[in-house]
Amino acid sequence: MLRYTVRRLLQLLGVVLVLSMLLFGWLRLLPGGPVSALLGERATEESRRQLTAQLGLDQPIFVQYGKFLGRALSGDFGSSTGVQPGDAALEVFLQRFPATLELSFFAIVLAVLFGIPLGYLAARRRGTWLDNLGVVGSLVGVAVPVFFLAFLLKYVFAVELGWLPASGRQTGGIDATRVTGFFVLDGLLTREWDAAWDALQHLVLPAMALATIPFAVVFRITRAAVLDVLDEDYVRTAESKGLTTPVIRRRHVLRNAMLPVVTTIGLQTGALLAGAVLTEKVFAFPGLGEALAIGFERRDYPVLQLLIIVAAMVYVLVNLVVDLSYAVIDPRVRVR
Amino acid sequence: MALLEVTDLTVVFQRRGEAPFTAVDGVSFAVEEGQTVGLVGESGCGKSVTSLAIMGLLPRRGVRVSGSVRFEGAELLTESPRQMRDRRGRDLGMVFQDPLSSLNPVVSIGIQVTEVLERHRGMSRSKAMRVAAELLDQVGIPDPRRRLDEYPHQLSGGMRQRALIAMALACQPRLLIADEPTTALDVTIQAQILALLSQLVRDTGTALIMITHDLGVVAGLCDEVNVLYAGRVVERAARHELFARPRHPYTHGLLSSIPRLDAPRGERLVPIRGAVTDNIPWTQGCAFAPRCPNVLEKCLDVTPEMEEDDGRLLRCHNPVRQEVPA
Repeated sequence: MLRYTVRRLLQLLGVVLVLSMLLFGWLRLLPGGPVSALLGERATEESRRQLTAQLGLDQPIFVQYGKFLGRALSGDFGSSTGVQPGDAALEVFLQRFPATLELSFFAIVLAVLFGIPLGYLAARRRGTWLDNLGVVGSLVGVAVPVFFLAFLLKYVFAVELGWLPASGRQTGGIDATRVTGFFVLDGLLTREWDAAWDALQHLVLPAMALATIPFAVVFRITRAAVLDVLDEDYVRTAESKGLTTPVIRRRHVLRNAMLPVVTTIGLQTGALLAGAVLTEKVFAFPGLGEALAIGFERRDYPVLQLLIIVAAMVYVLVNLVVDLSYAVIDPRVRVR
Repeated sequence: MALLEVTDLTVVFQRRGEAPFTAVDGVSFAVEEGQTVGLVGESGCGKSVTSLAIMGLLPRRGVRVSGSVRFEGAELLTESPRQMRDRRGRDLGMVFQDPLSSLNPVVSIGIQVTEVLERHRGMSRSKAMRVAAELLDQVGIPDPRRRLDEYPHQLSGGMRQRALIAMALACQPRLLIADEPTTALDVTIQAQILALLSQLVRDTGTALIMITHDLGVVAGLCDEVNVLYAGRVVERAARHELFARPRHPYTHGLLSSIPRLDAPRGERLVPIRGAVTDNIPWTQGCAFAPRCPNVLEKCLDVTPEMEEDDGRLLRCHNPVRQEVPA
């Protein structure tokens, strides 16, 4: 198991290296660039040349990449040019990472908390109105674009009804103490209940928007897996022993049905940043997704490079965790 | 009073948009305390459905069960799902065909044995584990304590079936139903499992319904044999009677198609011609008629009734007269 983990982590290094090269070139192939983004259309040729030289963009791309790699190894990923101009890219990342982590955590919790029980229920009540509603609903959930849903939620619950805040992570007037950068957790740790409650309210709508696709996918996979397992001989054996429904459900149905669901949750967690870009933009939620969106608009190479590499690392790591968790759930994997 | 009395049991599968299918068609038989009764027939004759109906394990939707199943005088077909749940594992035990797929792959053997003890005997986990080890020992699994922590894939096929038998017998049910318990096993293991079953029913006084397509299994085990064809019992006799003088042409055909070591060299096996799909409906005549060597014109028009004949029950217009060549 340890050897396996180490090997996978070494693979991760390779992935990051190759990705950083591709990414470096690809970003510079995008039309426009930081210079046009910063100076606008009507800048003089002279000032353009000056800024290009200042940013080091006048050098050959291989030299640029070599310098980037050298600095990156010592933890310097360059300075932001567009998202938070002047700040170190790493600083931008560190400031915003807790926000996205907090948002993703709530979104995944929502998706799992609703997706698994409803998926189980739909399978048990196969063919009833509840099942049909779930299947159609989850199809809509997968199909509706995240940004559209985010706008809809914001419009209805924040703008029209005014039940929940429309943007940000915390209401301006609240003077909250920062400990971890996770606002809800900070509020609980410092016993600033109002701050925690306020941060939680800010999370509800973005988390719902972000949770839609993972929820729909988890629901569908759970339903399909439970349907498969219900047909298995060992469930009939469990029934023939007269076991109670909760024991059959937990030990014999869900424990087996969870294998594909865990993989799905992993994949969805890895892919969450894609949804976060749109969701955070709509709700002006100051996380990595918003930084990515702004970064692309303003061609902020240093920030984009760092964030996309981190996203890839998270994706690979989450999948590693999923593979390792298999060994915990399935004894057949453990022994081999 | 018999331990189990099945009277006119009928199971009809009704799927939306399809013609109803009668899998079990008025089957009646009884099992006495401690007796071993065989239900024999080829695939699709309704023997497994009969056992699932007795256990209350048929799906509730799309299935119509009628007739009567009395266990110690109580009517099982009208009992609530909860009452049946209480009975299963406690009064009625069941062993299935494929021991690998019948065991939960991600739950240890120990838990799968103890859960039935916890459920019906109200034992604590640690007490149940001690009992489970004894049970595994009883069914001939060596080193039972170590096996308790193992998972199904770590056991051999025979061991798995032994573990399933241990689970089914854990609460000492009055009736055990074994549905083709040896079909998925190697021949040598088959013999071991049959010997184990016959020893266990002798020791515990449990009645056994043995469901099989294999007359060899019946020969070694059963007191009484019911031969099923197309959802109906066509012949019922004591074991020795049946093997010595099969009367129904179908039973006769089954016996003739078994290879024998003492048969003259070069003698060909006699298969039953045709296939189950050739059947005519029982309402029209004898379902076996299209495949029957003894068929009369009457067989295609008049449904034969179960009749007492020569100390056995027989459903045939023109039964076999001669004895099976020994």
